[in-house]
Amino acid sequence: MFPTMFGVSVLIFFMIQLIPGDPALLILGERATESSLKAVRINMGLDKPLHVQYGKFMYKLVQGDLGDSFRSNEPVTKEIAIFFPATIELSLVAIIIASFVGMVAGVISATKQYSIFDYSSMVFSIMGISMPIFWLGLIFILIFSVHLGWLPISGRLSAHMEVELVTGFVLLDSLITKNWAAFRDAFWHILLPGFTLSTIPMALVARITRSSMLEVLRQDYIRTANAKGLSPLVVHYKHALRNALIPIVTVIGLSFGILMGGAVLTETVFAWPGMGLWILNGVYSRDYNVVQGGVLLIAFIFILVNTVVDILYVWINPRIRVN
Amino acid sequence: MNMSMTKEKPSDMLIDEKKPGKKTKSHSPLIEALWRMRKNRIAVVGLIIILVFTIMAVFAPLLAPYDPLDQSLYDKLKPPAWLEGGGWKNPLGTDDFGRDIFSRLIYGARISMMVGFISVGIAFFVGTFLGAVSGYYRGITDTIIMRFIDMLLSFPYFLLAMVLMTILGPSLNNAMIAIGIVTIPRFARVVRGSVLDEYSKDYVQGARALGAGDARLIFFHILPNCMAPLIVQCTLGFGEAILECAALSFIGLGAQPPEPEWGAMLAQARALILRAWWVITFPGIMILLAVLGFNMLGDGLRDALDPKLRD
Repeated sequence: MFPTMFGVSVLIFFMIQLIPGDPALLILGERATESSLKAVRINMGLDKPLHVQYGKFMYKLVQGDLGDSFRSNEPVTKEIAIFFPATIELSLVAIIIASFVGMVAGVISATKQYSIFDYSSMVFSIMGISMPIFWLGLIFILIFSVHLGWLPISGRLSAHMEVELVTGFVLLDSLITKNWAAFRDAFWHILLPGFTLSTIPMALVARITRSSMLEVLRQDYIRTANAKGLSPLVVHYKHALRNALIPIVTVIGLSFGILMGGAVLTETVFAWPGMGLWILNGVYSRDYNVVQGGVLLIAFIFILVNTVVDILYVWINPRIRVN
Repeated sequence: MNMSMTKEKPSDMLIDEKKPGKKTKSHSPLIEALWRMRKNRIAVVGLIIILVFTIMAVFAPLLAPYDPLDQSLYDKLKPPAWLEGGGWKNPLGTDDFGRDIFSRLIYGARISMMVGFISVGIAFFVGTFLGAVSGYYRGITDTIIMRFIDMLLSFPYFLLAMVLMTILGPSLNNAMIAIGIVTIPRFARVVRGSVLDEYSKDYVQGARALGAGDARLIFFHILPNCMAPLIVQCTLGFGEAILECAALSFIGLGAQPPEPEWGAMLAQARALILRAWWVITFPGIMILLAVLGFNMLGDGLRDALDPKLRD
């Protein structure tokens, strides 16, 4: 894990250096004099060789300093603390919807193979992985917000709502502070973006659950469980699903990367104030520190999630531990 | 997805081969797979969708009634023909510049197919080269190349494409390059795995004994035998490239207006969501169908080429 993280930090640092344009010019604007530009470059350490700059970057990174945003002059870490919870909240809701719906659809598909349900669920899942989610989000807005008027168009909360922030997760904070009106409001706000973002992982989970369950259901111990008269629900969800879980957990873990990419699009469509939109605005305004810090954080989390998935394997399947 | 996989013997042609005295004809695994795939309805539908889009792309100037960039300010935001106020002059309506949506969608197929070809082409050539070198030479070369590939894989795919677009600058050409680059790791991994498998086989050792050099062994002997998984990867990659390019264009980093790229069309249409549903709906359906076609065919090819599923 750590060597990969180190490699990734090197890669991001050098990629950011490749972005054309002069950071000093970005900070001071077009009218800056040569001498003031030079002063800013020296101040930022841009006159030093690249490996020295990288050393300084790492030295600051391990102290939790990602530099300042050029646009707001605030520390990048401070901005991350604002935008990060919004994305994690959205991703968690999406992954919960995706795992639940995907797994149930996959199990039913496998137990009723070649049924109408199986065919339609497989058609839906292949459509799901082909779905341009930014378009789906727009269509959801068109149907549920514009025509039916059931759900809000954008944002995390209505303008008149206020939540006292404890964790940064609006849903959780409104629960903690027992602010039920805000909780309801936040819940309605997260539904459309949550569903939109869950589309691709849901389809992947449904597909892998189906094929993994089909393999498990053919095994002898399932026949034994059926023969001793256990209810199909117990056999399918307790006996079979547990052993079919490893590939499913892998897919859910890997989906995190897809979610983070999808978050940029979903957040753009729903004006969701999260990391994706924040990084994208950083890209538009060439705010190097924001792009660097944001991408680095997401890449680290991605690596971390993959490591956690490896650990989960052992927990799900004790045979791996024995071997 | 193997639900409609053929369950019969792969092909009659192959049974003929076994008859003594008859002149035997060898069939490449690809032809065999395509033969098996014909009974897979999902794959066949995918192939038909792709053919339709290919025809649209090739014959766009003949099929489209108008130039995709022609503006007609008198015909702004006309609804589709079957709605009140619409007419068969613009069957799918017009956008806020009075451009014919139907014509723009047809020309959009041209852009998307080109994106697929170029992005997958870049990933295919670079990825195959890296994977083949890695799997053939192994040792330190393999370690260096694969560590780099693993590093690229530890970025969320779309985020990496975004960072590359920041470096390259927003344009359709750069989007194709960026998508090609982020797809390289998958090709490299697939090829490396296949090359490692093939390397120790007798025919490779035989060719080496006959004096074939490294390059000849890799490109003329080993790689042709690794094509099956590569073809699947190309098909799925094609669909994904179309999707990613539309997404990049949607956030303003890919194709720029007024190009009739489907994602860019959606980006422009966003502001019209309250007024004109057709401007938003049709480009998305095109993206969905095109990507769906490639995913359906890719799935079918994978099932057909997977030796484990063969009879």
